[in-house]
Parts: sequence; C-alpha cells; structure tokens
Amino acid sequence: MNNYSVKNVLKKNTMIIVMFIVYIFFAVMTHGNIFYASQFTALITQNAYVFVLGTGMLMCMLTGGNIDLSVGSFVCFIGAIAGVFSVLKNVNTPLSLLIVLGVGILYGVLLGYLIAYLNIPPWIATLAGYLAFRGAGTEILTKVSTTSAISDFPEPLLKMFSGRVFETSSGVLNIPCLAVGVAAIVLVVVNNYRSRNAKFKKGYETEPMGYVHAKSILEAGIIGLLTFKFAMDGGIPVVLIWVVAIMLIYNFICEKTVIGRHFMTVGGNAETARLSGINNKVVMFVAYLNMSILTVIASLMVTARFKAANSFAGQNFEMDAISACIVGGVSAYGGSGTVFGMAIGAALIGIINLGMSLMGIDQNWQKVVKGGVLLAAVVFDIWTKKNSGKK
Amino acid sequence: MAKVLLEMKNITKTFPGVKALDNVNLKVEEGTIHALVGENGAGKSTLMNVLSGVYPFGTYEGDIVYNGNVCQFHNIKDSEKEGIVIIHQELALIPYMTIGENMFLGNERGKKFCIDWNKTYSEADKYLKIVGLSDSSKTLIKDIGTGKQQLVEIAKALAKNAKLLILDEPTSSLNETDSKALLDLMLEFKKQGMTMIIISHKLNEVSYVADHITIVRDGSTIETLDCKEDDISEDRIIKGMVNRDMTDRFPKRHDVEIGDTQLEVKDWTVYHPEFTERKVVDGVSMNVKKGEVVGIYGLMGAGRTELAMSIFGRSYGIGISGTLKLGGKEVILKSPKQAIEHHLAYVTEDRKGNGLVLTNSIKHNTSLANLKGLSKNLVIDKDKEYAVAADYASKLKTKTPSVEQLVGNLSGGNQQKVLLAKWMFADPDVLILDEPTRGIDVGAKYEIYCIINDLVAAGKSVIMISSELPEVIGMSDRIYIMNEAKIVGEIKASEATQENIMSFIVKSGKED
Repeated sequence: MNNYSVKNVLKKNTMIIVMFIVYIFFAVMTHGNIFYASQFTALITQNAYVFVLGTGMLMCMLTGGNIDLSVGSFVCFIGAIAGVFSVLKNVNTPLSLLIVLGVGILYGVLLGYLIAYLNIPPWIATLAGYLAFRGAGTEILTKVSTTSAISDFPEPLLKMFSGRVFETSSGVLNIPCLAVGVAAIVLVVVNNYRSRNAKFKKGYETEPMGYVHAKSILEAGIIGLLTFKFAMDGGIPVVLIWVVAIMLIYNFICEKTVIGRHFMTVGGNAETARLSGINNKVVMFVAYLNMSILTVIASLMVTARFKAANSFAGQNFEMDAISACIVGGVSAYGGSGTVFGMAIGAALIGIINLGMSLMGIDQNWQKVVKGGVLLAAVVFDIWTKKNSGKK
Repeated sequence: MAKVLLEMKNITKTFPGVKALDNVNLKVEEGTIHALVGENGAGKSTLMNVLSGVYPFGTYEGDIVYNGNVCQFHNIKDSEKEGIVIIHQELALIPYMTIGENMFLGNERGKKFCIDWNKTYSEADKYLKIVGLSDSSKTLIKDIGTGKQQLVEIAKALAKNAKLLILDEPTSSLNETDSKALLDLMLEFKKQGMTMIIISHKLNEVSYVADHITIVRDGSTIETLDCKEDDISEDRIIKGMVNRDMTDRFPKRHDVEIGDTQLEVKDWTVYHPEFTERKVVDGVSMNVKKGEVVGIYGLMGAGRTELAMSIFGRSYGIGISGTLKLGGKEVILKSPKQAIEHHLAYVTEDRKGNGLVLTNSIKHNTSLANLKGLSKNLVIDKDKEYAVAADYASKLKTKTPSVEQLVGNLSGGNQQKVLLAKWMFADPDVLILDEPTRGIDVGAKYEIYCIINDLVAAGKSVIMISSELPEVIGMSDRIYIMNEAKIVGEIKASEATQENIMSFIVKSGKED
C-alpha cells in the first residue's frame, strides 16, 4: 500500500481539508469579510487561550482520556488574584507574575496529588475546582469592586500578554513582521527537505519528492498569507508568539522525549506502562501540574486582552479545550493525539466561531452548530477507524 | 443402565487456526456425577461452553441430545431454561451486592419491572438452607469467605431449577474443609436425583464423588471409566491424561556451561491483594543459575504468575516476605523500575493486557522498557530506536513489513517476539518467561524455543513458567513443580517424565 497516494494523503489530513472548506464557505457567506486583515488578528487573539489550554488538556487526555473541568474557573480565579496584587496592592509586574504562577503550581500540586496518589477520578476532583474557583474568583472581585471587575492593569503586564510586537498603525506594512515571516518560511521549507534527505540517507522509508514539494509550497503559502495579513494590521500579535512557542515546546516533548513517550504509554496501556518500569503516578501528577501552569498563562492572556479581570472570565473554557482536542483527533481513551492535531481542532472551531459571528448568527445557534461539529468529528473518527480496520 | 440425560455427539469446535474440540463424545446418565479430567487447554471448558450455549448453536459441529431431544442453544438463557446451569471457575458474584441480589441477578423475582424484595430474600434464604449456609441472604458478598461464596453460586444455580449442574473447578479456591463440605453436598444432591458434571484437576476429589470419569486430551475424549468396574487409580488416570508421543518438537540446546547462582529466593510468601488473608505464594524457595533454563510447571491458579510478578519489583500482591538474591547479593526491589535496573525481566503471559501497547508501533514497543538506553538528557535518539527495533525484528524473525507497523496488527506469535525483543533490549541477566508460547502456532513456538536457547547461550538465566508438560520437559534443565501456592517438587529434566511430574501434584493435593 502506498502511504503517499493522493487518497491516503487526503485521508490523513482530513481535518485540515475540512478547515479549508469551512473557511471558504464562510468567505462566501460573509462576502469576503472574514478575509480582512483585522479578522486574522481577531482569530488569533480571540482563540489564543484555546491553543494554550488545549495543549494542557491534550497532555491530560493522553494519560487515558482524563480531563480537567476546572480550567475555566481557574482562569477567572487567577485573573482575580493577578488583579488584587498588581492593581490594588501595586505589586510590581515580575512579582505579581511570580505570585500567580505560585498559586497555579500550588493548585497543580494539590490536584496532581488528589488524582495521582489518592486515585480520585479526575472529573470529580476537577469538578470541585470548577465550582470552588468560580465562587472564590467572583467573591474576590465583588468584594473589591462594585462592577465585579478589576481594570487598570499595569502597562508592562498588558504588554507581555497582548498587543503587537513592534506595533505600527494599521494599513502600513510592518517590516519586522515580514522579516519574521520570511525567516519562518525559510526555516520550515529547509527543514522539510533536510529531514527528507536525512531519512533517505539512512535508508528509511521516505515520502516522494512531489509530496515534499507540495507540502512546502502549501506551508509557505499559509505562513506567507498570515504574515502579510498581520503585517497589514499592525504586526504580529504577542499572543501568537506565546502560542507558537508553547506548541513547539510541547510538540517536542510529545514527539521526541522520554517524558512524552511515558504519557503515550500510560494512556495506551497503563498496566504495560507499569510493568515496563514507568511510574504511572508521576505521569498523572505531571499532567495536572502542567495543566494548572498553562491555565495561568491562558488566564493572563485573557485578562490582558480584556484589560480587566472579570467574574465571568473563562466560562466554558474547559469545554473549548476539550472540543479542540476531540475535533483534533486526540483519542478520548488516551494514548494517541498530537499537538498539531489539537491546534487544527482549535483553529477549526475558531474559524467556525468567527464566521458565524460575522454572519450575525445568534449565540444560541452558534452553540448548536458547535455541538454538531464536535459530534460529527467523533463519529467521523470512529467511522474511518472502522473502515481502515476492515482492510 | 440408567437413563441417559445428556449426550453430546461428535462435537467439533474450531477457533481461527486451532481445533479446540475434535469429534468429542460424552454421555451422562441421569442421577450420576460425571467427572471430566484433563490438562489445561485439553478442551474441558470449551466443551462445557458449547453445552451451555456460550458458543451458540451453529458455531460448532455435532449434536447435543438432552432429555431425548436435540437441542439448539443460542445463549446461556436457552440452556438454563432446560435446567443446564454452569458454575464457572472464577466466581461471578458482585461483591457489593447482597447474597439475595446476586442469586437472582438476571432471574429477578417479581412482576415485570418491579422486583419483589420480600419474595427475593425469602426464596434466597430457602435455597441457602439447602446448601447448608446459615448466613442471612441480606449479607454482602464481600463479607463472606470464598468457601461460602462458592455455596452461594450453587444456591444461585438451584434457584434456576437446575437439573444438570456443571461445576468447573469448584474447589480450586477453597481450603480442605470447605472442599470436603462441597463434595459431600454434591453427593447429597445426587441422592435427591440431581445430575452433575464436575471438572477438576484434583484426582482424589474426582474419585471421591464421581460415578464416571471421562478423560479429555488435546480436544478429544480419550476414554470414559466407570468407577465401579474400571481401575481408577491415579496412575491410570494420569496415563490417560498425558500419554502422547513426544516427537522432535524442541531444538537442541547449544553446549552451555551452567555457572553460578544468578537468582535465588528463599521463603517467599505473598498474599492476595484483595482477599488479604489468602496466601497466593507460600514459602517458596528456588534458584536459577547462569546459563540455565528452569521450568516452573503447575496448573492454572497454582501461583506461578503471582510468584514471578512479586519477584519482579513487587508488581503483584501484598505482604510480601522472604529474601531475594541477585548474583549472590540480597536486594529489595520495590518497583518494576528497580527490577529492570537490577537486570531482571518479566515477560508476561498476558501480552495484550499488560505486555504491549497494541495501538503503538513495533518500534515504540521494543524500546519501552529501556528508553534510557536510547536517550540523552531525556531526548530520544529516534534513529537509534529505529535501528534497534529493526535489528531485533530481523534477529527474531518477526514477520512484518516494517517496524512502524502497529503491534495490534500482528499475529500472536509475532506479538510474542516483539514482547521478547522489548525485554531482551532491556539487557536482563535473568528473564522470567510466563507462558511464552501460549496461543501461538507450532512454527512460532519452535522459533521462541530457539530464542530461549540463544539467551542461555549468551549467559542469561531463564525461568520458564508453563502449563504444557512436554514444553517444560523439552526445554528445561531443571523443573520446579508448583501447586496451591507451594513448590511441591524439584526434578532434573533428564529424570522427568510427564507421569512423575503429574504425580507430584496429585500427591501434594492428598497431603493437604
């Protein structure tokens, strides 16, 4: 069987194709509005938290389909803590960041301990956090402010998690952005050819040259398009840097390190993992500690974007993260899934959200559509697996 | 001659690649106790599963004639309607339900959707009385011992109006007193006209209760003995169970010099993790030397796997006591990780359940127990990983297009080779192979035997746990015989015969 026949390549990248189709659909339906430069920025800034939380959720799900329901409430709680220290108590930005990170680690350690060492089912342990942190966060914010919100965050903190890099005014071509874009294209394309070459030299199975060409052209095109759009809209959004950095790091961990392999194995077969000398408890512990730390980053992104800590911040974020994973092909039973897949899932949901908003579709209907997409993704996944099993 | 209640005629049952039953005939007379004896895997349980409808009509060949009618059972419900009730070896009771709830599970008393609890418990008490159990039917199952649980199973069967009761190894988890009581209960039932089939390894029990004994071997019924007329001495029965020709099924060992003691355990005792009073390994002492293959033979449930896993970093059991020496030095291994670091490997009998990750590739499975050996600062050298996996695949003759292939797509024999590769790559001095040839075809078996020979030739020590007598005798240098949690005998392979090994087990059963 040829792994690189057109049919198989399409099959392997179904979600990417679906994403393009959906995008084109909305481009038509919104008469091209979705294609404005500002919408590209909106897509990233509005959905950055999904990528970050989705990465954490991916690591939890890899260990055996485990989820964290508390991330949305914890986003709210961390926002409140950050507000109390950096705004009301005038603590400087580095120290405020250390404080919220400390709170995140504290919660992560507690959660990891409950789940990994006391064997409390993750959904129960995190359901407690879901309730408690929403309550605590709201309580703090209503106590200190009549509007249940803290605004006037210090500029350095906002700059770290929002705005643009080397900002220029909209409509003027942003040169640094272009430079970064060109560098990224060169890196990606060179890497494609180099890794193919390396595989070829070692005598491994290699993809045909045509496939590498096509892949390179496509990737260069997408990066080029994004670069151009961002360059026309004031520059690269700061959150994009965070998102790309986090995804690259976690992709490396999952694909290339012993830790990543341990996560996959525990989710693939916990007993096998245990008898192979893997400490399953440590893996579970790390998964939830990591989730809490990433939640802190997501919370700061959201707080900086709204320039305020709100009592309603983070609502349903856990569902967004889980949806991104499921749509992105992460196994609901654990053991398989990639950062890249999750990112495609997050982007697809983001595009659907944005497109429907631009079309002026009512919020309630948006939820109905998103639910349908989630279900369709899972049914599709099961269906393709069944079919491939028959062959 | 009494009326024949059940006749199974020319039953043949095939699984993919294996003929589990080959033209089996069985006649059971009404009001008698009929015993089925044979080695593990001889086909006794398969036969009973055919009878009770676990394997529905149409998946086997032959006829079941029950009470004069040819029967077609499509599921267990069908056979139970006719009064054929099977009690499986593994008790199927739910610990957190009461005796009464368990007894009428799937057979609830009451009308339509509404369970009549008064009726349930009063009927349950009635049946409990019959089996001689004085506990209230509202007691939770987890609060009574295994002996009583077995009686509950029987009461449950009676509640289904059993006319033909099948007991699969009913005493395997019972102590001597409980076993005796159970056997006496069977004799009592017989007086009242019940017909029973008992499957057992314990020949003394069989000769105590049975009227007829049918010997099953390699999927065929060999003979049926009448306990009143025929010689039913143990030697006679054992001969029927094991007698088969030993052809050239085992490769010759290379000239290997047997060296110093590599692994030694003394007074090793392990308790069951759930039934914490039950000893699953009882004061076992054994050793294996460098370059030696030591076989551990025993029937299922003898405690062999439990022994192996408790040695391998205490991965099974609680309350483990005794000493473990590796290379002459006493060590305490608290986790599989430490065991691997001390060059110990446990190659599981359950490769799908806890040996391999079926959804991962051959490559990833091969490297799993020794990722350290492939990585630097926690980053895996993927080229090296590929090379290692490919190297083992070619050395062990694993049939696969590439090491990227998912293990779940391989045949049993090839999966076993991947499992062996995984543990060979972990660089062990001592390998414990638990049923290394279970469920794989003859050709692959031979190749596994060759691998074992190569391992000892390279100075490793091998402990091979097996339920197959010819394999144990053909492959080992020395054999330990295990029964009911204890080592009951040790014998040099050169002196071992199937008969004398079996007699160790039978004798130990008597001494109890």
